[in-house]
Amino acid sequence: MTLWWIGNVVLLVIVLPVVVYLLHRVLNAAKSIVPSVHQIANVAAAGSKDLDAAALLLTTQDQVERTVAGVANYGGSLDVILDDAS
Amino acid sequence: MAPVLAYTAVGTVTILAVVLIVAALVFYLVSVIVQLRRITSGLDVVITHVGEIVQKSAPVNEVVTNINEQLDAGVDLLEGLLVKKAGLTDAVGLVEGLYAGASAAGFRSFPESTTIKAPRIGEVYTQGTLTLARLGREAPIAAGNPAGPALRDVERGSLAARQLYPEIRQTRPDSLPRSPVIGTDAPEQYEQRDDIGAPRKRRPGRT
Repeated sequence: MTLWWIGNVVLLVIVLPVVVYLLHRVLNAAKSIVPSVHQIANVAAAGSKDLDAAALLLTTQDQVERTVAGVANYGGSLDVILDDAS
Repeated sequence: MAPVLAYTAVGTVTILAVVLIVAALVFYLVSVIVQLRRITSGLDVVITHVGEIVQKSAPVNEVVTNINEQLDAGVDLLEGLLVKKAGLTDAVGLVEGLYAGASAAGFRSFPESTTIKAPRIGEVYTQGTLTLARLGREAPIAAGNPAGPALRDVERGSLAARQLYPEIRQTRPDSLPRSPVIGTDAPEQYEQRDDIGAPRKRRPGRT
């Protein structure tokens, strides 16, 4: 009987607070993750929105090809017009 | 009777303790589950946006690589043309004159250009030459050594410029059309007036 009472006391005074403490830590850790996840979601959304301009790279690519082609034609003409150094 | 009550009391306390522990477990675990569900929904949003990022950035590497290749070709072309027309030394000096300090990097296609001491191009060529070069127009830059003879074949350069104009004097014809004769004795009178030699007109009298 005495041991049973001792067991009850241990259960109420030690085990229950320890369980509550550990569960409280787990809950706090889980709660701290939620804002971080929301921030990551916002950053990902902003990053995705920023990449909307990536499609313009195709226009840039086309413009660069045209520009380089024009420069090549211009250089060819200069090559004919100007004298070589040697 | 007393031992029964004692057992009942200790048993009740035990049950109470277990109930408290189970209640704490239920409360906290349900709270954790709620938080995990929020995390899951948030991660779903993240995964959606990350998928968009992956999808949108997929062609970037190929496109940027192509753009870089095009620009590299353009740079090689312009560097080659500049070196061909101005010579490596003067090309380095011209680049240094336009962009101070740029000659240290040299030309990519000409590694030896990094070892060349850039001439003070402002002393080799006139300020107008550099101005023309900065404007991207044809500048009379050409051969060679600053201590040497003429930098450019002026005669051919002049001919090239004259050929841009209408065909009148470039081929040095034997005769050109004569200039028109002007004056009172000119065979062609452009303004034939009737009042020349006539009496002077009188102004109307004052009233």
